[in-house]
Amino acid sequence: MKVERRIISVIVQNEHSVLARITGLFAARGYNIEALTVAPIPESDMSRLTIETRGNVRVIEQIIKQLHKLIPTYKVIEHEEMIEKEMVMMKFPINESLSSIQALCQAYNGGIANVSSQHIITMVADEPKRVKHFIEAAQRFHPVEIVRGGVVAMERE
Amino acid sequence: MEMTGAQMVIEAMKLEGVDTVFGYPGGAIMNVYDEMYKQKDFKHILTRHEQAAVHAAEGYARSTGKVGVAFVTSGPGFTNAVTGLATAYMDSIPLVVISGQVPITLIGTDAFQEIDATGISRSCTKHNYLVRSASELPLILKEAFYIASSGRPGPVHVDIPKDVTAELAKFDYPTRVDIPTYRPTTKGNVRQIKKAAEAICKAKRPVFYLGGGIIHSGSADLVREFVKATQIPAVETLMARGTLRHDDPLLLGMVGMHGTYQANMAMSEADLMIALGPRFDDRVTGKLSEFAKHAKIIHVDIDPSSIGKLVDVDYPIVGDLKEVLEVMIPKVKEQVDPDRYQPWREILKRYNEIHPLGYEDSDKVIKPQWVIERVGELLGEDAVISTDVGQHQMWTAQFYPFTFPRQFITSGGLGTMGFGFPAAMGVKRARPEKISVNFTGDGSILMNIQELVTAVESRLPVINIILNNHYLGMVRQWQTFFYEKRYAETDLSFQPDFVRLAEACGGIGYRVETKDEFDEALKDAVEKGVVAMIDVVVDRNENVLPMVPSGGTLYNMMLEFKD
Repeated sequence: MKVERRIISVIVQNEHSVLARITGLFAARGYNIEALTVAPIPESDMSRLTIETRGNVRVIEQIIKQLHKLIPTYKVIEHEEMIEKEMVMMKFPINESLSSIQALCQAYNGGIANVSSQHIITMVADEPKRVKHFIEAAQRFHPVEIVRGGVVAMERE
Repeated sequence: MEMTGAQMVIEAMKLEGVDTVFGYPGGAIMNVYDEMYKQKDFKHILTRHEQAAVHAAEGYARSTGKVGVAFVTSGPGFTNAVTGLATAYMDSIPLVVISGQVPITLIGTDAFQEIDATGISRSCTKHNYLVRSASELPLILKEAFYIASSGRPGPVHVDIPKDVTAELAKFDYPTRVDIPTYRPTTKGNVRQIKKAAEAICKAKRPVFYLGGGIIHSGSADLVREFVKATQIPAVETLMARGTLRHDDPLLLGMVGMHGTYQANMAMSEADLMIALGPRFDDRVTGKLSEFAKHAKIIHVDIDPSSIGKLVDVDYPIVGDLKEVLEVMIPKVKEQVDPDRYQPWREILKRYNEIHPLGYEDSDKVIKPQWVIERVGELLGEDAVISTDVGQHQMWTAQFYPFTFPRQFITSGGLGTMGFGFPAAMGVKRARPEKISVNFTGDGSILMNIQELVTAVESRLPVINIILNNHYLGMVRQWQTFFYEKRYAETDLSFQPDFVRLAEACGGIGYRVETKDEFDEALKDAVEKGVVAMIDVVVDRNENVLPMVPSGGTLYNMMLEFKD
């Protein structure tokens, strides 16, 4: 069976050790977590997790069912058409070409977030594939640090 | 009303109708024990090891369907209980296990007898709680009992820090629970049920694949009705033993690694499998790519994650088996023609004639299978049968004449040696009118032998029957078959004097070497009604057969073993 990449969103009761339950489930059953983001849902007692995972059809189906089975899980959202975005921050030495860096960031829906005496920090938020391209393209400016935020996603409809 | 956390625990037990708690006190749970000391609503049975407390609670739960309860202390008290939690989790047994924890102020400081209990139990419970204040305790306890017994049942662990058990708060025990994130589907999809019913009526070679879910959902009577109305042959998993009467002509026997030839052939040649609450365990299916190759599969289960986990299913039905069968049976009855399956029944009958389940009896040495059959003849439906794990467990599953659900108490999924004796104590406590028999081995019995003291003290007259072959028999069997007889650490020739061991603890012991001696010992033990240990010397080299070697195919069974 073909291994594919999937984005799964999970809405959970925001309670003690709920994240441990989810990551523990992935670890215990040998599923992959490629990326994971978590944040509380505003004005509710729920949190939303976005998990990027890989597996064949049967594995993905099991992941969804097992996530559902956890008592604090309210909803598991898995969709063909998810709008995905990922944020990345990169730090460059100040002596690199600032205008070139800025132009590159703008091409990828971002800009310069901070400038200190030693470094500049940029941020970009775009589709995961484009974020990857951005990171590749930015290599020529000798980045000293890269922080990827993990994917967040929303159903199109 | 205001009360302490400890009082709340005791009150909740009363309100949940708990009549027995198994447990062992210790520092962190002392407040709860102190409150328990002051009441008379339920009895506490002091086991001599926390593992046994949880197994005893399991025996109680497995033989009644009610929630079993155990209390343990923090640290080692809790870690000793983990094997029991895992055993219950694998077999979907409803338990509430309450452990003490170090005070909240000390959590995370590596305090005396501190362990991250909920971190450990997370992967072997249906759900768990670390209680953070007495005010949340009433709701947590209510939820614990509800979650343990609803949907697919399972153990729930509640970890209560010592300062919470002393803290005062308002006690308002909820009468009902509503957990928005937990709503098990009980009603099956009617369209799917209808399609499944049509498939049953159109099939030529259907077979019922009966699983433990039948016992949990209390639908054995419905299943008996279903089988009778359709005249479709049925196989039972280890956990479903007792669903059909042993003498039901449509029962093909147990399925799987040590199943009957006809049961495994039925699974292999069926064109439709009607799976009612099983979970397609590897000990049942053998090699998956060859399993039920010719069959369409109907799978009814309350746990969606059980469906399609290992085998693709054509008619998935999520729901409570009882509710689904109540809809499905009338639909099938309308159109079914039981004669349609006659040729299929004939084929299976022939399979059974070629390779029936059996063993070669002997006058020189007692065969373990004979002991089980003999107990079946003498005690039959008067006994509830527990087992430990190993050869004796498989022989019991094969040869005991089970007549009712919950008559067979065994650790299926986890395969926990040391389970049987404490479980049989829980059985005796829950069903005092029955004779509680534990079939065990000379390996398994030693894993909770200290419970002799508990059983005698608490007047729980369990009859332990040791099928003593002076081997760790099942492992020895695999070494004989698959490891060229290199018997690595399986020779148990050195062993205690079980008769004197039983007597040292206040029980009664019998050493049995002939069939007559066995009859006398069993009759004496039943008459005396005391804790008994019948040490039966059996054929050392007997193997459990037939057998599907691990990873082998169901239709390719090892029927005999010749040196």
